[in-house]
Amino acid sequence: MELGEIYPLLRSLWTVWFTALFIGLVAWALWPSRREEMRRAARIPLDDQR
Amino acid sequence: MQFKHATIERSAPLLAVLTLITVAIGGLVEIVPLFTIESTIERVQGVRPYSPLELAGRNIYVREGCYVCHSQQIRPMRDEVERYGHYSLAAESMYDRPFQWGSKRTGPDLARVGGKYSNEWHVAHMIDPRSVVPESVMPAYPFLARRPLGAGDIAAHLVANRRLGVPYSEEMIASAAADLAAQADPEADTTDLLKRYPGAVIGDFDGDPKRLTEMDALIAYMQVLGTMVKFQGVTPADLKQ
Amino acid sequence: MQKASPASPMGYGMDAEQPYIEDVVRAFVVATVFWAVVAFLAGVYIALQLAFPALNLGLEWTTFGRLRPVHTSAAIFAFGGNALIGTSFYVVQRTCRAALWGGPVPAWFVFWGYQLFIVLAALGYVMGYTQSKEYAEPEWYVDLWLTLVWVVYFMIFIGTLIKREEPHIYVANWFYLAFIITVAMLHIVNNLSLPVSIFGAKSYSAFAGVQDALTQWWYGHNAVGFFLTAGFLAIMYYFIPKAAGRPIYSYRLSIIHFWSLIFLYIWAGPHHLHYTALPDWAQTLGMAFSVMLWMPSWGGMINGIMTLSGAWDKLRTDPGLRFSVTAVGFYGMATFEGPVMSIRQVNALSHYTDWTVGHVHSGALGWNAFVTFGALYYLVPVLWKRAGLYSTRLVAWHFWLGTLGIVLYITAMWVSGIMQGLMWRAYDEYGFLQYSFVETVAAMRPFYMIRALGGLCFLGGALLMVYNLWRTAQGHVAGQPAARAAAAQPAE
Repeated sequence: MELGEIYPLLRSLWTVWFTALFIGLVAWALWPSRREEMRRAARIPLDDQR
Repeated sequence: MQFKHATIERSAPLLAVLTLITVAIGGLVEIVPLFTIESTIERVQGVRPYSPLELAGRNIYVREGCYVCHSQQIRPMRDEVERYGHYSLAAESMYDRPFQWGSKRTGPDLARVGGKYSNEWHVAHMIDPRSVVPESVMPAYPFLARRPLGAGDIAAHLVANRRLGVPYSEEMIASAAADLAAQADPEADTTDLLKRYPGAVIGDFDGDPKRLTEMDALIAYMQVLGTMVKFQGVTPADLKQ
Repeated sequence: MQKASPASPMGYGMDAEQPYIEDVVRAFVVATVFWAVVAFLAGVYIALQLAFPALNLGLEWTTFGRLRPVHTSAAIFAFGGNALIGTSFYVVQRTCRAALWGGPVPAWFVFWGYQLFIVLAALGYVMGYTQSKEYAEPEWYVDLWLTLVWVVYFMIFIGTLIKREEPHIYVANWFYLAFIITVAMLHIVNNLSLPVSIFGAKSYSAFAGVQDALTQWWYGHNAVGFFLTAGFLAIMYYFIPKAAGRPIYSYRLSIIHFWSLIFLYIWAGPHHLHYTALPDWAQTLGMAFSVMLWMPSWGGMINGIMTLSGAWDKLRTDPGLRFSVTAVGFYGMATFEGPVMSIRQVNALSHYTDWTVGHVHSGALGWNAFVTFGALYYLVPVLWKRAGLYSTRLVAWHFWLGTLGIVLYITAMWVSGIMQGLMWRAYDEYGFLQYSFVETVAAMRPFYMIRALGGLCFLGGALLMVYNLWRTAQGHVAGQPAARAAAAQPAE
């Protein structure tokens, strides 16, 4: 069946797509302008008033 | 930077949907092809649906959780093939609902236990495993020999399996109760039974011809395990298609 | 900065008339402790059965085959599940600055509905109603009931997230949310089955053979990945910063950790089926993703442990925190061992042996149970409004007994597992298999006894915890002699 035949192609495409997504995610998380927002988010459990 | 991760961080429904997509992908890509790629299940002769007595026995195997200590899946390493027999094929469990491949061998693999031991050995082993295998740690199952097999609804079991795709015919369903009794009765006429379920082992399994017990059913199931495919003359190339 | 600044006593506009719902969280804490003891007791008993088979008692209800699912379900779903639902209700309220969506009624429905699920499942196993799919043993009627309870749980959780006062959704909630959603997906798909009759317990799986096998291990491995990992990481991301009094080491790492972990985990299931009749491409895929999983797992471990950098002294003064941090260490160990065991050549030896059992327990005892103990030692004084624990000495005893138990357990299983794998494949000088199967069974016996001893230590430690938490809840706390003094304690 053709799914078996195109499987190698799908797999290499998938790897490329996954790598691109991952790099995007890392860039997002490490973007310098978000430093302050991240710092504040990390304090959420500690800023609990009660 | 119009679209920010912050959007995800702040919208609970969006976070939920993205999470669902992320976790759904892996399952879709792995599991769906198993149903669509034809070569997943080898084309071999001999695999048939379980006879009513075997199915009832299999349900006892499932009920007792035998799979927690016994696998039914022989891997293709030399030592396993020498110890247990030909490595397991996907086709051999194609009617197994649920599959019972197992994950742990506290006891030996049972994929090809059929025909390896006599019925008498199985009965003695079930009633008191240490009477035949002194080092065994298996629980004893004496109650199986005492309890009559409750299989009044066996036809309904065949119907449920057929709805899920197991090829039980009308004839098989109509004669389910009769076939169940005949397989454990050495006196019965089993011509039709054997036509419907080739290779079914017939006999009084539990050594008590007057009663049809859970022991009869369980041993009937164990005696057919791994015996449906005749491997003489089959090469790996034949299985590949 | 960890103390609230007095200038904004009711920060984030939290409505004073809508206090956090905590009585249901207390109930979950009690249930967690109760089921922990049941799970450990059942584990010790079935461990002893393998060393002394007479303990099967010759009765149908007490065989290893029926009691083993009682142990695994009690550990994972009863102990682990109550810990997860209880802490999630606690954490989501406090990090959202909002009371539970729907008020107390749906939350209590989830509590009692979940306990009913556990009791129905366990009674079913003992009486022989089981699907015999590992970790998905309950029959269709129990599955349906759990689905209903889970939908209400999901609605409460996401409803609370939506109505929150805090603009950002704290990362622990992401992990809880992924746990809730993914477990729902896995549970529904893997349990698709057709009952023989709606008046009977028996059903047949919608999948057969190889497809059933992959569906089951897609479920089974992600029960580990999302129940025992993502859910418990949520506990880590809240309770370690809270107990250490400092924010998580890197919030950015936690974002990367989250997405890569949930993406990679879901693919890893086929490593349970190496060298079986499952097609090779699926096995290879499972192995590749399992090895990749090592990275996000260790990212999470580093994030948890490094939270203590600059506050390592807290490990000496706060024995509850010692549990949490050691748990993360065990998490790192188990998530290294896992990828190694998923490599086909290693798996050829380890599969079907006790090595797998040991690996599971370094995760279950070292990671899941320890991180839960850490959370419990933090939660009970807070929830019962006590100044502290009844005895930190007892916590230390619990810690060392538990650690000793784990070490005995996993070393015994390493030795027995590797030995068994080697004995199965050993050939003598004439080219025959050297050992019959039963010789390998007999060789396991000393290790099964050591394992049972390890389990006994772990159970003993847990009983110390029960006593300690009980006395704490009663108000027998140092510096707080009058039991009822807490009632008037102001909100700091």
